[in-house]
Amino acid sequence: MPFILLIEQVLNGVQSGVMLFLMAAGLTLIFGVMGLINLAHGSLYMVGAFAAAAVAAATGSFLLALVAALAAAALAGCLIEMTVIRRLYDRDHLDQVLATFALILIFSEGTRFLFGSFPLFLEIPSALSGPVMLPGGIQYPLYRLVIIGVGLVIAAGLFLLIARTRIGIQIRAGEADREMIAALGVDIAKLYTLIFALGAALAGLAGALVGAIQSVQVGMGEPVLILAFVVIVIGGIGSIKGALIGALLVGLTDTLGSVLLPLFFANFMEASAATSVGSSLASMSIYILMAGVLLFKPTGLFGEA
Amino acid sequence: MKMKSFVMAASVAALAAGGAWAEGGKVKVGMITTLSGGGAGLGIDVRDGFMLATKMAGNENLEVVVEDDQRKPEIAVQLADKMIQSEKVDVLTGIIWSNLAMAVVPAATAQGKFYLSPNAGPSALAGKGCNKLYFNVAWQNDNLHEAAGAYANDAGYKNTFMLAPNYPAGKDALTGYKRTYEGEAAGEIYTDLGQTDYAAQIAQIRASGADSVFFFLPGGMGISFLKQYANSGVDLPVVGPAFSFDQGILQAVGEAALGIKNTSQWNKDLDNEANKEFVAAFQEEYDRLPSLYASQGYDTANLLLSAMGKADVSDADAFQAALKEADFASVRGKFSFGNNQHPIQDYYVREVVKEGDVYTNKLIGPSLTDHADAYAADCKM
Repeated sequence: MPFILLIEQVLNGVQSGVMLFLMAAGLTLIFGVMGLINLAHGSLYMVGAFAAAAVAAATGSFLLALVAALAAAALAGCLIEMTVIRRLYDRDHLDQVLATFALILIFSEGTRFLFGSFPLFLEIPSALSGPVMLPGGIQYPLYRLVIIGVGLVIAAGLFLLIARTRIGIQIRAGEADREMIAALGVDIAKLYTLIFALGAALAGLAGALVGAIQSVQVGMGEPVLILAFVVIVIGGIGSIKGALIGALLVGLTDTLGSVLLPLFFANFMEASAATSVGSSLASMSIYILMAGVLLFKPTGLFGEA
Repeated sequence: MKMKSFVMAASVAALAAGGAWAEGGKVKVGMITTLSGGGAGLGIDVRDGFMLATKMAGNENLEVVVEDDQRKPEIAVQLADKMIQSEKVDVLTGIIWSNLAMAVVPAATAQGKFYLSPNAGPSALAGKGCNKLYFNVAWQNDNLHEAAGAYANDAGYKNTFMLAPNYPAGKDALTGYKRTYEGEAAGEIYTDLGQTDYAAQIAQIRASGADSVFFFLPGGMGISFLKQYANSGVDLPVVGPAFSFDQGILQAVGEAALGIKNTSQWNKDLDNEANKEFVAAFQEEYDRLPSLYASQGYDTANLLLSAMGKADVSDADAFQAALKEADFASVRGKFSFGNNQHPIQDYYVREVVKEGDVYTNKLIGPSLTDHADAYAADCKM
């Protein structure tokens, strides 16, 4: 395989990794701090994409669409936290899974009720469309580079938020011992709503950014949700650093696996059989990666026992 | 789990119809189709096309029960059991997806119920698994891909890069394309079913030295691929079956689809009376353009109505013979059944164009004429 094609695929892997990180960051924070399994996180991703598509169609501005995605997802996050999720913190995980699964169904059918069954249109802004030439003669879509940039900036922002700010201290304290910080006078209910809204906004942003190059349709969040769970299991539950490393690992494994495995099998198999076996194995590769990580680090790469 | 359940009395009669339908007795139809979840657009179109035809015919003797399979085989099987045992339907129809059809159709025909397929056409039911009670009113799964291969020859493509999801219908797609396409393969890739990011595959296409791209990525997968392809700077010509270019999807793809050639057995500008009437009535009734799925639902209902005029459903042999005559005005123009009760029909090349604000398809020309499927010879009936 030519070297520049490999570089291009690495970029593709990084791009899918940073988008996964936006999903996984919220999921891991919510699980780490509140001990809640939120299956409806994928629905918030969908809410972001639909809000962006609706606002882009009405105003023609992609920037406004992104703002709308953040706002709508955060709002939806606040709303479900205060009405449903709040009642689940003291329940066991099975109740949480059941209730948040119900939320998926409610969001999906509600979205269909509002927007209809057909996919919506959301376009890359014209300033960011088309490919650019990178050093070394690699032609790469500009929008994907921008996505990588945005994702890395948000990752850096989250690290600063958690490591350097007062809210960050409260979040870390909440992870460590939630009774204690409640006793110290922190309004834990408000803190939980805030974290939930933050996670929701990140998911909504990911939905809007990715919606522009994929299809904005009902049920778009669930496949990403599954990958995001793989990411936080690999990275260690509750760790933002783990979510970033895990997301990049999953993105790269997924992308490079789907390209390299069929080529590898083609060395000693007939072409169409190699494609078939290679593709099948590639779709398993991230789960093999997860199993491998769990074998050596049962709490994930950066998880605490 | 929520279950959507519509029970619709198909039509309140136009009094004038009177004696025309009097010979046939009542027929109860069970429609199992996808009305919720990601693939709902297809099922809704099939249902709407079917219901439009029944409404236009105004036949009191036809009753339709509609249920949502949620695109899940196990639910489709439960619904079929319920419809056969408690609703006592005579005819089943509606299933969109091949895997659901494989779960329902053999069981339904084994219990003596007719099944008219408005969409799925798995090869297993066209060849050795053909059945007197099973009629396909759409196409056999390979057909549209065969038409795409024939178009690629006409367009002079010599080195096509092929792309399909890694599941049975995806493999049928590449098999179908290669059955008629005479050039070389620059590459063959199976992607994950439901994959949304095609950056890796587009990079491979760029590096492959291909002169054209064939893809079968139904529904949302096609939207993602086309948007990303248009933005990648690769400008090789693309060809594919109509599934990624139907009326419901095109608006979401937008400009990225303009000019792409795709193959179908139907288009809204096909020049025949039945089609003109259908397109006008569909827009009037639902305020949107019909898709090929809607046309298939409409034809399925009209086939059934034509058979009801000739025979009673309780006489299975006579009813089967009446269905096989296909004595109805298809919106596709010519339409007849082969020995395996799958269509023999023409396939066309269409091009995506913009009419006013709406993206739609324009008919370019024929691709395959009087085309039957490759499995008919295996059907011993």
